Amino acid sequence: MVSDIGEAQSALGRRDAVAELLQQRGDLLVVSGLGSPSYDVHAAGDEAGNYYLWGAMGSAALVGLGLAQACRQRKVVVITGDGEQLMGLGGLATIAVARPKNLTIVVIDNGRYGETGMQLSHTGLRIDLARIAAACGFADVRTVDTLSEVSQLRRTMHQDATGPRFFVLKVTADVVERSLPFRDAVHGKNRFRAHLGLPVS
Amino acid sequence: MLECHWSVEIYNHLKAAGVRQVAYVPDAGHAQLIELFQADRDIVSTVLTTEEEGIAIAAGAWLGGDRSVLLMQSSGVGNCINMLSLAVIGRFPLLMLVTMRGEWAEFNPWQVPMGLATETCLGAVGVRCMRAEAPEALVETVRSAAKLAYEADQQVAVIIGQRMIGQKKW
Repeated sequence: MVSDIGEAQSALGRRDAVAELLQQRGDLLVVSGLGSPSYDVHAAGDEAGNYYLWGAMGSAALVGLGLAQACRQRKVVVITGDGEQLMGLGGLATIAVARPKNLTIVVIDNGRYGETGMQLSHTGLRIDLARIAAACGFADVRTVDTLSEVSQLRRTMHQDATGPRFFVLKVTADVVERSLPFRDAVHGKNRFRAHLGLPVS
Repeated sequence: MLECHWSVEIYNHLKAAGVRQVAYVPDAGHAQLIELFQADRDIVSTVLTTEEEGIAIAAGAWLGGDRSVLLMQSSGVGNCINMLSLAVIGRFPLLMLVTMRGEWAEFNPWQVPMGLATETCLGAVGVRCMRAEAPEALVETVRSAAKLAYEADQQVAVIIGQRMIGQKKW
């Protein structure tokens, strides 16, 4: 169980958590939020079915929504950070109303802004994103802080759902070596569309 | 309010252009177009809490093979600026239909600053503005903008003059 004190007390490492989540990913499509989540997804294995964001803070979950609405037969997971999701709080209401059955939002929550000097974020100051998602009406909302629980989430993520899922992974606030994906957003777009068999302009 | 026949023509054209997703923050000027899209079972309509969400949805939709359109009022343009980085730097096709406030027989002074800044802000971040002041010109402009967006990978805002939409009735 996770303490109601926002300050991260987890022993879960973010790289281990994301690597576990993306194991045996099959045809999963992945959108990653700017900063460490993009590095985590890249470290877990660069795939054509990944779209890495390097900016547009607050956009990740909604890029996932547009994608999930376009590809109803594919499962889409957004992996983002607490700061990035906090900037797009209204988007949780939008996603809950849109109610895609093939979208999972995963927040890698260290309670801090890791890119800018580890300042506390609102989740580090007791705001609980999972409770906000639950209040919006996400179909399945969970907060976990162990690798075995992440493993369970991975299995859940590949199953059919009745609506969007929202998983918070409480992780340590350690600084991890960067694993940098390419920064060319056009390349990422074209690679992703080619992966889906779509025309590339 | 004027009869909004142009909404039907725009709807028909966007359907023919293959649009599959529509995202919007409502505006009275878009009311008829929103109703037409909502009534269409082949179109996914997404209501937003704030306009910049639609920029992200449009990018995701394109990644997955869907053409989309984003409807908003001029005040919403100010909410979109940083998010437009995504469309511009990723060269994601983006078609925005922006109804103007604050520029023609406006009664609410709070609409004026963003109305004045709308085209400047869009241009500054790299979005092309195409303005229409009459229904016939608007339909032609939407046709051209849709082609520029979906086929030439451009980010285009069609600016719909407040003069055409008419004064807000109280």
